Amino acid sequence: MPDGGIGASNKRREDVRFLTGSGNYTDDINLRGQAHAAFVRSQVAHGKLKKVDTKAAAKMPGVIRIFTGKDFEGIGGLPCGWCVTDRLGNPMQEPAHPVLAQGKVRHVGDPIAVVIAETYEQARDAAEAVEVDIKELPAVIDMKAALNDGAPKVHDDLSSNLCYDWGFVEENREAVDKAIRGAHHVTTLELVNNRLIPNAMEPRVAIGDYNAGTGDSTLYTTSQNPHVIRLLMGAFVLGIPEHKLRVVSPDVGGGFGSKIFHYAEEAFCTFAAKQLKQPVKWTCQRSESFMTDAHGRDHVTKIELALDKDGTFLAVRTDTHANMGAYLSTFAPSIPTWLHGTLMAGNYKTPLIYVNVKAVFTNTVPVDAYRGAGRPEATFQLERVIDKAAREIGMDPIALRRKNFVTEFPYATPVAVEYDTGDYVATMDKLEQIADLKGFDKRAAESKKKGLLRGLGVNCYIEACGIAPSNLVGQLGARAGLYESATVRVNATGGLVVMTGSHSHGQGHETSFPQVVAEMIGIDPSMVEIEHGDTDKAPMGMGTYGSRSIAVGGSAMVRATEKIIAKAKKIAAHLMEASDADIELKDGRFSVAGTDKSVAWGDVTLAAYVPHNYPLEDIEPGLEETAFYDPSNFTYPAGAYACEVEVDPETGKVKVCSFAAADDFGNIINPMIVDGQVHGGIGQGIGQALLENCVYDSDGQLLSASYMDYAMPRADDVPFYSVDHSCQTPCTHNPLGVKGCGEAGAIGSPPAVVNAVVDALQRGGHTHVTHIDMPVSPARVWAAMQG
Amino acid sequence: MYNFDIARPQTVKDAVKALKDDEAQPLGGGQTLIPTLKARLAAPSVLVSLTGISELVGVCRDDDGRICIGAATSHARVAKECAKSYKALAALAARIGDPAVRNRGTIGGSLANNDPSACYPAAALASTATIVTNKREIAADKFFQGMFTTALKDGEIITEVRFVVPQKANYQKFEQPASRFALVGVFVAKFDDGVRVAVTGAAEDGVFRWKAAEQALSKSFKPEVLTDLSAPADRMIGDLHGSPEYRAHLVKVLTGRAVKAA
Repeated sequence: MPDGGIGASNKRREDVRFLTGSGNYTDDINLRGQAHAAFVRSQVAHGKLKKVDTKAAAKMPGVIRIFTGKDFEGIGGLPCGWCVTDRLGNPMQEPAHPVLAQGKVRHVGDPIAVVIAETYEQARDAAEAVEVDIKELPAVIDMKAALNDGAPKVHDDLSSNLCYDWGFVEENREAVDKAIRGAHHVTTLELVNNRLIPNAMEPRVAIGDYNAGTGDSTLYTTSQNPHVIRLLMGAFVLGIPEHKLRVVSPDVGGGFGSKIFHYAEEAFCTFAAKQLKQPVKWTCQRSESFMTDAHGRDHVTKIELALDKDGTFLAVRTDTHANMGAYLSTFAPSIPTWLHGTLMAGNYKTPLIYVNVKAVFTNTVPVDAYRGAGRPEATFQLERVIDKAAREIGMDPIALRRKNFVTEFPYATPVAVEYDTGDYVATMDKLEQIADLKGFDKRAAESKKKGLLRGLGVNCYIEACGIAPSNLVGQLGARAGLYESATVRVNATGGLVVMTGSHSHGQGHETSFPQVVAEMIGIDPSMVEIEHGDTDKAPMGMGTYGSRSIAVGGSAMVRATEKIIAKAKKIAAHLMEASDADIELKDGRFSVAGTDKSVAWGDVTLAAYVPHNYPLEDIEPGLEETAFYDPSNFTYPAGAYACEVEVDPETGKVKVCSFAAADDFGNIINPMIVDGQVHGGIGQGIGQALLENCVYDSDGQLLSASYMDYAMPRADDVPFYSVDHSCQTPCTHNPLGVKGCGEAGAIGSPPAVVNAVVDALQRGGHTHVTHIDMPVSPARVWAAMQG
Repeated sequence: MYNFDIARPQTVKDAVKALKDDEAQPLGGGQTLIPTLKARLAAPSVLVSLTGISELVGVCRDDDGRICIGAATSHARVAKECAKSYKALAALAARIGDPAVRNRGTIGGSLANNDPSACYPAAALASTATIVTNKREIAADKFFQGMFTTALKDGEIITEVRFVVPQKANYQKFEQPASRFALVGVFVAKFDDGVRVAVTGAAEDGVFRWKAAEQALSKSFKPEVLTDLSAPADRMIGDLHGSPEYRAHLVKVLTGRAVKAA
């Protein structure tokens, strides 16, 4: 086998074009005759749309056409891809989600009209001249207030602002209540999981194109899953069948979940291009992205943990309000439920768990999946309450965790999932080593000399990724399957192209995926190219999110490559006049077992396309295979994280001194890329824990509406990380034994940071401080110290 | 941004002439104005760029030993050229924004804009600077007149800023986490005849002097004398990043640190 197969830290081949400016992002695409779109958006959070007057704007230079909600009457709204069933067995309340506002506006940024002009600046100038008359209505921003009787309704046709009241597992409710009532000790924690604005480096872009000669529509868009957009937009919004609609997502500069969803601007540009018979391009402004990209998190939670005298966990009960925003974004209902409630067992054998989630409509931007999606919210509350419990019962927080670890696998949790493999003791042992926990006291003494309070925060996490078994998620309300696809095309001279439904927008698939195929055949990875992001090229696939690409997409690629190898062996057998069963493939050569006869990979691929000497009576010429892979279970990456901070007791400023992560991702394809994924995830987690906060005022105006007030983590906010993924318990149900690593860092790190800050304050004598909500800003730390 | 014309005068005289247009606006390094234009929050008819006027660029010392900085001098140049002559001022300039901001932004632009969170106003006010314009000389004590408000009149251009170098001085900045402007910044300057303490970032009216601290420090230039003082919270800014009380607290902490470091 040449170097560079599974387990090699090959450098990212895509970085050459990204770092030299030769990438091809959606905004780099400019079509002949293209017009530009500028959206007129609501400046108020809630109001009745009385009049949209476009007369003056229509006369402005370069204006081609102005669209308003009227143009979309009778056209489908944006669909929601998941229906959650509530505690009583009723479907959630599901409001209409128009492309352009119909009658009402429901959040700042809600699109009202669109100006199409010859240049972008002309479109913006004219958009400002569109006169919008809105009767402002009282806005609901606070989730609990939104559920009060008589609260203003976001959607007049719904019975209330409650989307659903979900109980999980409902049958366990009474048993959990009873266990908590009778427990030796109950620790209660109320907390907020702060709302985040995703801020991918590349803002969203959509270009609609229409060929009047063929009747074909094309959408170029910044999506993590072009096939999903083709299905949702084609079938539910615009009524274009898939064979007349192509969706292309070229290089995409980060998504973090925010580019999973089908957005109004995509449907609009596709629709308008057909109406105008000319391409229509929209590029999001950064300030526009703050009020239109789906936000993340935004939970308000009360969690109770019941313990026995010796620290054994008896029961967990949680009560969460989850913000949906003004409309249901594509997968929003599933995030606080199936991606959150099912993880409430964590790494522990708590026998009884009950999760209640009330999803609430408010006059804010829709909230949906953001790196981790539900699992960070589960991990944060569980790992925070465990830390608090340890302090209350006077037990070491690591010892308390170890006491309750799941140690035997497979393990069926009381929240409906079955962990196939794991070794939480091993990852905790590894963490204690790489974080040098024994040296903490010495480091704390050094911090003290500088007048700083040092704290240590440790936590575990588990996540469910490799999303997801289609039959299972179908039962849970998903309106889509969650398989993945791959077509492996072998060319005559032996090179391969893999067309995958997985989409790379920073993950490095173009480097790591070829390593798998190359390893299977025994060739150099440079012989394998990855194609993705074009529905005309790749078979129907579900895209990239939920740390699913290597576990599900990679498995599809393995299955397709297995078919290739099986066929190639038949061809090789024919060439060597041997039996199929005797053919072995090693290091890119086929040989007949027990003989010195062999043919090279290239001989076989050439024979497949120049079939002069070929078993045409048995098999077809050519060498191209497709596979669809549907996983039989989720995968369960898990690990243990440690963070050390220094708190300045005079100013409240927190400095992250060190961060260590011991992860179990199962088998690893490219360790360097895995390191990078963990680094990025921890960076985002530190961002959530210390800096990022999306804040609305009570009228629904976005206060953190730019980088002047929304604090993104920067290089000097994070330390050099110490990451380790040598603890590997391979996944038992996918062919690669992989679990996925994309979200772990963002899931596991926020509680470590907050645990560390609370620990620092406790050690510094501020024993009344048991919790500080994220972001743990200097002002909040100082206020907490004041009591 | 909206369309505008740009004028690039070579002399102050030509700049003043160009500014006669009703909707004309002077452009320094553009580190505030250009983002404002991009956000479509301003629509000048003509921008009069001052950075090409060579007489406005540079650092020198006058006969009184004052440091004289041309209004169109970049922060980066101040950081470099005042490193020996006025260390505290150079250190302040070296920590404004990021390298791009420091290489474009100018001292005159910063003072004329008088952003309540900008760093330079604290230095000017604490160092009894004189703001020289094409028309007159204005003492720093009279120049800053509230948030984004100064004594400058229409058509008046800052040409130079003259700093008296204190015996001891230090600037302490506590950054707002998102913008990294000063959430609170305190410039302490000790002169023969007393101490001046100028505070930026904290107050609704912009930069101000904390006179109680000045009096105490003038008697004894030690951080301990601040122990029983507290900065008044009643005119402090309260926002996402900190309450008025927190800002008042930081004023005291940073003043103490500046005295210690001076």
